[in-house]
Amino acid sequence: MMRLPWFQFHAPTSVAEAARMLAGEGPRGMLIAGGTDLLPNMKRRQQTPATLISLARVEGLKKITNGSGLTLGAGLTLTEVVGTLAVREKYRGLWQAAAQVASPHLRNMGTLGGNLCLDTRCNYYNQNEDWREAIGYCMKKEGTTCWVATASKRCLAVSSTDTAPALIALGAKVRLVSSAGERELALASLYNNDGIDYLTRKPDEILTEVVLPGAGGWKSTYWKLRRRGSFDFPLLGVAAAVRAATDGTIEEARLVLGAVSSQPFLAGKASAFLVGKKLSDEVIAEAGTLAASRAKPMDNTDLDVYWRKEVVPSFVGYALREIRGDDMRALRMRIARQQL
Amino acid sequence: MNTMAKPIDRRKAHIRLRVNGEEVEVSFAPYKTLLEVLREDLDLTGTKHGCELGECGACAVLVDGQPLLSCLKLALECDGCSIETIEGLAEGPELHPLQAAFSDHGGSQCGYCTPGVLMTAKGLLDAEPNPSRERIKEALAGNLCRCTGYQQIVDSVEDAARVINEQRAKA
Amino acid sequence: MSSAKKFDVIGHARRRVDGRAKVTGQLRYADDLTLPRMLHAKLLRSPHPHALIEAIDIARARSHPGVQLVLTGRDFPVPFGIMPVSQDEYPLAPEHVRYVGDPVAAVIAQDEQAASEALKLIEVTYRALPTIATPEEALAHPETRIHDYGESGNIHRNQAFEFGDVEEALAQSDHVFEDVFFFEGSTHMPMEQHAALAASEGDGRFTLWSSTQNPHYLQRQLARVLQLPAAHIRVIACDNGGGFGGKCDPANHEMVVSKAALMLGRPVKICLTREEVFYLHRGRHPVLMKFRTGVTRDGKLTGMHLQTLLDGGGYGSHGPASTFYTGVLTPLTYELPRFKFEACRVFTNKPACGPKRGHGTPQPRFGQEVQLDKIAERLKLDPADLRLNMVTKANSLTASWLKIGSNGLAECIRQVVEGSGWRQKHGKLPEGRGVGIACSSYMCGAGVSIYWNKMPHSGVALTLDRSGQVTVFCGATEVGQGSDDVLAAIVAETLGISTKEVRCVTGDTGITPVDLGSYSSRVTIMMGNAALQAAGRARDMLVTAAAEQLEVLPASIVLSRGRVFAAGDAAKSMSFAEAVVYAETKFGTLGTVGSYTPPKPPGKFKAAGVGPSPAYSFSACVVEVEVDEHTGWINVPKVWIAHDIGRALNPLLARGQVIGGVYMGLGEALMEEQVFRRLPPKLSDALVHKIPSLLEYKSITSLDMPEVEVILVEDPDPNCPFGAKEVGQGPLLPVMPAVANAIFDAVGVRIDEVPITPEKVLRALQLKREGKNPRVGPERFPDVHYAEPVFVLPPGEGGDGNETKDHYKQAVNKVAERAVS
Repeated sequence: MMRLPWFQFHAPTSVAEAARMLAGEGPRGMLIAGGTDLLPNMKRRQQTPATLISLARVEGLKKITNGSGLTLGAGLTLTEVVGTLAVREKYRGLWQAAAQVASPHLRNMGTLGGNLCLDTRCNYYNQNEDWREAIGYCMKKEGTTCWVATASKRCLAVSSTDTAPALIALGAKVRLVSSAGERELALASLYNNDGIDYLTRKPDEILTEVVLPGAGGWKSTYWKLRRRGSFDFPLLGVAAAVRAATDGTIEEARLVLGAVSSQPFLAGKASAFLVGKKLSDEVIAEAGTLAASRAKPMDNTDLDVYWRKEVVPSFVGYALREIRGDDMRALRMRIARQQL
Repeated sequence: MNTMAKPIDRRKAHIRLRVNGEEVEVSFAPYKTLLEVLREDLDLTGTKHGCELGECGACAVLVDGQPLLSCLKLALECDGCSIETIEGLAEGPELHPLQAAFSDHGGSQCGYCTPGVLMTAKGLLDAEPNPSRERIKEALAGNLCRCTGYQQIVDSVEDAARVINEQRAKA
Repeated sequence: MSSAKKFDVIGHARRRVDGRAKVTGQLRYADDLTLPRMLHAKLLRSPHPHALIEAIDIARARSHPGVQLVLTGRDFPVPFGIMPVSQDEYPLAPEHVRYVGDPVAAVIAQDEQAASEALKLIEVTYRALPTIATPEEALAHPETRIHDYGESGNIHRNQAFEFGDVEEALAQSDHVFEDVFFFEGSTHMPMEQHAALAASEGDGRFTLWSSTQNPHYLQRQLARVLQLPAAHIRVIACDNGGGFGGKCDPANHEMVVSKAALMLGRPVKICLTREEVFYLHRGRHPVLMKFRTGVTRDGKLTGMHLQTLLDGGGYGSHGPASTFYTGVLTPLTYELPRFKFEACRVFTNKPACGPKRGHGTPQPRFGQEVQLDKIAERLKLDPADLRLNMVTKANSLTASWLKIGSNGLAECIRQVVEGSGWRQKHGKLPEGRGVGIACSSYMCGAGVSIYWNKMPHSGVALTLDRSGQVTVFCGATEVGQGSDDVLAAIVAETLGISTKEVRCVTGDTGITPVDLGSYSSRVTIMMGNAALQAAGRARDMLVTAAAEQLEVLPASIVLSRGRVFAAGDAAKSMSFAEAVVYAETKFGTLGTVGSYTPPKPPGKFKAAGVGPSPAYSFSACVVEVEVDEHTGWINVPKVWIAHDIGRALNPLLARGQVIGGVYMGLGEALMEEQVFRRLPPKLSDALVHKIPSLLEYKSITSLDMPEVEVILVEDPDPNCPFGAKEVGQGPLLPVMPAVANAIFDAVGVRIDEVPITPEKVLRALQLKREGKNPRVGPERFPDVHYAEPVFVLPPGEGGDGNETKDHYKQAVNKVAERAVS
């Protein structure tokens, strides 16, 4: 059986206490929420914190506040997010993304905050220590070379969160709390395009909540490419959120791509292109082409890298057609293997 | 041969929890997950392991009624929790309807994924007494099985749901 | 199915005898066992694909807290291997490591954490050798030898056979089809990780509990490695959490814990991590194949020349047998007057390949069945009719001297065609949807043992006592397939009792008669026949005693439903237990034995023993697919499969085996692959398993699995117990080619390799749009220097089953004479 390494354990009961502990531990300490990302990494010795600060007993992290928008506690499990009526009814893209994370058990354990802070992934990195030793390690941990592209100066590990693209498309912000204070920032700004330094969150900050603006007039969706109907991380995530006038003319649009870079990102040109137009087949196709030009899948996850780039327009098309109101149920069943 | 082995690190953590309806206290090496504590410190080896990384579902148990992966649950975080494992599924000598259905409908071949599948299915039927075939497949999508091709597993859960509902109607 | 009515047990869907234990958590798999003072072992594995060990320093590891013992290759001077001709493995490599993951040292400590920590303290100095990553590299670099035995260079085995003059047959054919196919390797991925626990009994005796499919072969190999009398070693095969062939080979960790337990006098356990299970492997060989097949214009085969190249990985394993199996079973399905096959297995620096469900035969069956689909298309024949028109006959001999007994293939095709609506679907579904058909055959046990001997392949002992208790003993191993249930059912049916009255004691070399193991689909037939004999002998004693007591003729005694009675006279009756009392009174303590030895193979040429089986199962499968033309995305909504099982002993379990086979076949068709990553050779020698995890080694989940419609064709085979043939392996085989053929029907592209992934389909669709050959698959077959074939005349050409010596010399002379005249 694979064993976790030895560690010290703290179970604070308030955000303030947790923040104090985190600050006190410095880089030796790490937060643990659902544990579904951290514990496999610890078992494989990718991450070896001397101290774990558990968020399990911290009060207030599961708060759901309905106001003009919706505020979701970062400690909500993904199952709890999926079970939240307001999410299902008003923020469909988030609901579809959360419902497709990993597997049912992992959604019962993993949290919204954890999925947003998910460590970047790479087939050269998400391996046991012995395996990584056999390749002389890699840039992300203990090595110097990025084996994905040996000339690369930065780590090319992939952002693999499903909920982040959906939430960025919905215009979400996150609240970060440290012992020194707290701040709110657009979720898109939480990420860096760097497989190692992939979060702008400071080491002493705790992501406590996700703040969604009002959803009036918006339609959203999320399409995920993965090999199987369960378990797998995204090989491509397409999130779309669109606000249209009554005649169908688009007033605001955000197309966000996940899992094709070290960060989830807004496909700016494609999004801007949609504004002022109606979702005709031609417009959808052009938006797909524009978005696809930004996708940079690398050969460090499942399936062929060129193929993954080639299918980006198709997946953007699925998302926009669903928003247009096309009946996508049969296709959704073939791609996701479940109704969403 | 090393007849004078140096003593190993024996630091222990200590928690109380409810396992299959009984209050237990257990001491264990603090790095252990719930899976290891169940199997090694409480001798409940009915819960299996197939990867220890959350990639197969063999170790699924119910924690406070929810199917979780015991391999990714720190035992330290289980203080005060209520755990249900395969050993507690039968009611005395009577098999739980899920157990009977799996035996009678081919839901179990080598049997290794079975405890995790059964506990997950129990979590489903406790929450949704009349799941569709599609819903059963969704709920079991985190349990890999290498023998059955899942069909007879789904048959078994469907049959168990029917039996449970009949029992409820009679009661 | 109507014939089942005359049986009380056989043919009725029943809860399996171990059903309750499997759902209550009571079943004890190897890692569930603990013993007082038990220690834990961990293995240190090579980080290099190919290297020599120059030094190992274990001093720091030995003094790590909790460590009791550190073992290295020096502690194991004797090599082992499942096959007598391939004794090329050491429990711990003494000097030469051959893949990333090859074990080099072991630590035995008080707990796993301490053992793992100590592994890090072992310092090994390696000298790297050139990495051989592929069969092409293995052939191109004979000077870098992975092993110093074999045919030459890195060629482990070369085998070639020719049954009749194939070139002549091809020359006289209306068409000759030439195709190259590739079948990627895959692994068994049993849900249970291998575990073993050894405990010394003193005086050099010990017991090993292990997740093994073959306790008998393991016992023999342990005796060899540890240099102990086999009788001092007791191997207990625990219930296996899945095997699929992956627990057939004796394994390093089993040797290590045995040795450690003997040295320390304390129990020692090991459980492999999932990553280590990928390294132990012994799975499906990647095979490159070339078929040259002659046909008449009405679609009859005239001859076939099959060439295969197997990527064997770092060790021999079952390799010599695997190599044969890429050829020998090919002629079973369709009449093939002449057949030649040449096979070559090479070593590479990867985990060893071996037997996985279907052992060596899914690969050529894939090529053969896809090629038949191409032939049907070219000849404008319906693929189902093409097959139906040339199925082999019952009680016939193939050109390669295999004796076919019962044969339900035609019925399988007819039923699967009807069940699937083939006639309304093939070629008629809208673009993007299609159906494909394929067939297969598999053996019911190998006709010869892995080591040469003339003893029985399976033995069963039966005891009965005055309480009415029946206990049956057999070395066969329950790996989930239901062998205990087969054993109990056969005994129960014969003695007229229920399976609940039969206690099975199996898979324990200390107390059960030898059975060779759970491999090659041999258990139902071989153990079953042995059980039938043992139970028949017990029945005779009961009948004699009961007839005497009831004062009727023995011939009139019936045993049924727990009663022993005279046919037609209700008054003359007693309980089964009473009959046992009378029998024990008359004969003394009751016990019988039975054994089974397969019939001698009809061929007499060298190696004629590989391929013959007491019986063959047959399957036909139709798969429906949906293919997205923009992405190549593949969906399988439904599978229909008909399997000629002879007779289903327990239809519930038989159906489960069929669906499970379809599941695993679909996985191989669509996603499963044991593949490796070579780092840029300029920067690194590394060659690592790309994805040794259950997350990235893709296996089908409940959401990806289509519904399967199972048709059991029952045509009892006289060589089999109650007519029952195998069902564990055969139903996997037709699935992969049926998927490929369905994709052609859906979108008109050929994917001549597995797994068939969306990117390959999309690439082929793009070729189609460009007006090019819409095919993705291997482009060429490399030059392989095969051995000169053993030439044997087929039965239809007056052959006697012996090799025709100097056939090729004579042929060359004939050509020369002709040239002169």
